[in-house]
Amino acid sequence: MIELEVDGRTAHAATGGKPFDADLPLVVFVHGANMDHTVWALQSRYFAYNGHAVLALDLPGHGRSAGPGLDSIPKMGAWIWRLVDATGAKDAALVGHSMGALVTLEAARQAPNCSRALALVGASAPMPVSDGLLAATREDPSRARRMIISYAYGQRSHVGGMRVPGLWMSGGGLSLLDRGDDKVLAQDFSACNAYDEGPQAAAEVTCPTLVVCGDDDRMTPERAGRALAESFADARVTVIRDSGHMLPTEQPDRTLDALAAFL
Amino acid sequence: MAEPKFLDFETLALHAGQHPDPEFGARAVPIYQTTSYVFPDTETAASMFNLERGGHLYSRISNPTVAVLEERLAALEKGVGGICTASGMAALHLAISTLMDAGGHVVASKSIYGGSYNILCHTLPRFGITTSFVDPRDPAAFKAAIRPKTRLIFGETLGNPGLEVMDIPAIAEIAHAARIPLMIDNTFATPHLCQPLTMGADIAHHSATKFLGGHGVAIGGALVEGGRFDWETGDFPTLTEPYEGYHGLDFSEEFGPAAMIMRARAEGLRDFGYCMSPQTAFYILMGVETLAVRMARHVENTRAVVEYLVAHEAVDWVTYPELPEHPDHDLAKRLLPKGCGAIFSFGIKGGRDAGRKFIERLRLFSHLANVGDAKSLVIHPASTTHQQMSADELKAAGVGEELVRLSIGLENADDIKEDLGQALRASQRS
Repeated sequence: MIELEVDGRTAHAATGGKPFDADLPLVVFVHGANMDHTVWALQSRYFAYNGHAVLALDLPGHGRSAGPGLDSIPKMGAWIWRLVDATGAKDAALVGHSMGALVTLEAARQAPNCSRALALVGASAPMPVSDGLLAATREDPSRARRMIISYAYGQRSHVGGMRVPGLWMSGGGLSLLDRGDDKVLAQDFSACNAYDEGPQAAAEVTCPTLVVCGDDDRMTPERAGRALAESFADARVTVIRDSGHMLPTEQPDRTLDALAAFL
Repeated sequence: MAEPKFLDFETLALHAGQHPDPEFGARAVPIYQTTSYVFPDTETAASMFNLERGGHLYSRISNPTVAVLEERLAALEKGVGGICTASGMAALHLAISTLMDAGGHVVASKSIYGGSYNILCHTLPRFGITTSFVDPRDPAAFKAAIRPKTRLIFGETLGNPGLEVMDIPAIAEIAHAARIPLMIDNTFATPHLCQPLTMGADIAHHSATKFLGGHGVAIGGALVEGGRFDWETGDFPTLTEPYEGYHGLDFSEEFGPAAMIMRARAEGLRDFGYCMSPQTAFYILMGVETLAVRMARHVENTRAVVEYLVAHEAVDWVTYPELPEHPDHDLAKRLLPKGCGAIFSFGIKGGRDAGRKFIERLRLFSHLANVGDAKSLVIHPASTTHQQMSADELKAAGVGEELVRLSIGLENADDIKEDLGQALRASQRS
């Protein structure tokens, strides 16, 4: 792991189990709303042990990074580069899941010369959030977290069958959300809902892009992922079967295969 | 967005952790009777060994059949992950060895299974781990027994053999205020009757040999991690510092809510070899599939038998938390609204001699050292499960010489009562 100071506050990033080496090609992993770096546990270890520097970061106010959280996707995207700058790295491949996909999209738009590649996992833009869920994040965070988990995992995953022996997916997802801050929960979902620059941002991205969709994703459906891919000059789509929105944990190996083939 | 909807207990008991075999369509969980697994290529093999990819390497560490049971129990207990072991005792040792080193200290209820008492009181001190035993009905006693090196608080949902009901929420609050995890042995209640992780406990412990299996054919144990305890206190270096035995892996850093269960597998199963066999996992899965239905019937039969014994002239007393006179009656109604299980004790008039006659005259009940079978069981703890205890220890654990423990099975309730009645009559004859 690595701890850096960004904007005068402590920022944390897991490094995939290897010491951070700024001379290696950097891959930055960005988690979704109210989550943290652990959603990328397996994939970040793979890249760290296969010739890359890895930052599986915690956005401000998430995981081990100090708050407060940031209230818009463009602000989070800009923060990514301030974190990367603090490591001494010159550029990075960006991998984001869900809200993290919007954050990496914005980061790639804001610094095209520093973005080697962009992988959006479980993504759509816009990423609308229902009024009911937005209200629940503000008024009843516990219920909101259960709504999120019940909807984020594909129907197959609610039965289980985790690739990592013994782990219960939806229980792990709920526990991860329950560890998050209530204010950040509401802030993250509001930021996703408010971000309306996705197609324009995609059009401005110059690096190769991969959009990874789950075939049973009810939050960012495959058709929405494909529509987003159409907005890029150079994007391909990979559809992962038997997965809902939580691709990095529902289908960790297939998600890794898609990323490894692309990066 | 729709309201939260998760599969219910009965459904998870039948399906969690398993999809039909993709090659042959087998509906039942296949028994993967194999020690090892062919790697598709060297790169994948390296990734699996380094926890970059999921999958199975060697059946001492994980096995597909066992993994279904682990995942299913985690689902039923509402945890983040499970791990199965060769026995409940192995699971207890696995939890302790994962959480502490020599010098560590446990605060435990004094009313626990005799085997658990033995390892905590007599065996682990040889390895530098000591235990303070306290009254499970006295939360303040747990607090008072905590020391700077205390790394675990441990008790049973329903104590053994007195059926003391553990006030899990109250003791969890005490444990967490001291930044110590609470582990609850939920064997007697099963997750159908009580889910300790939803009440504040951090680890659920099981002897899967009992109601989970339900048939008395296989020995096994399990741990389920709740995923809410903050291991980052500085007191649990096995979970928060780089582990040289796994290339410097920091389990909390990498796996967050599942840190403990991942370390337990990566180190505990790998190095101590506590593993459950796939055949055993299959047997226990067959029991878990019908857990809700069986436990409801166990409770129904037990209520009928308790009512019968309370009114019987040869019975001095009956201890069952559903009885209004039980000291934990109100607590039981709150924590165990579906019922207090199928194990209870009673005192027979005439003491030790009457107890011996009673047990020897039973026809339907089996006299043996187990509980939680589909068949009704009986035992005299003072001469069997708790025999290693001194007289003072027996008294402290609430085990009198007149105490008879019953585990009520799934036979017809009238047949059970008739068997008890004829044996009680015989016990009172001179």
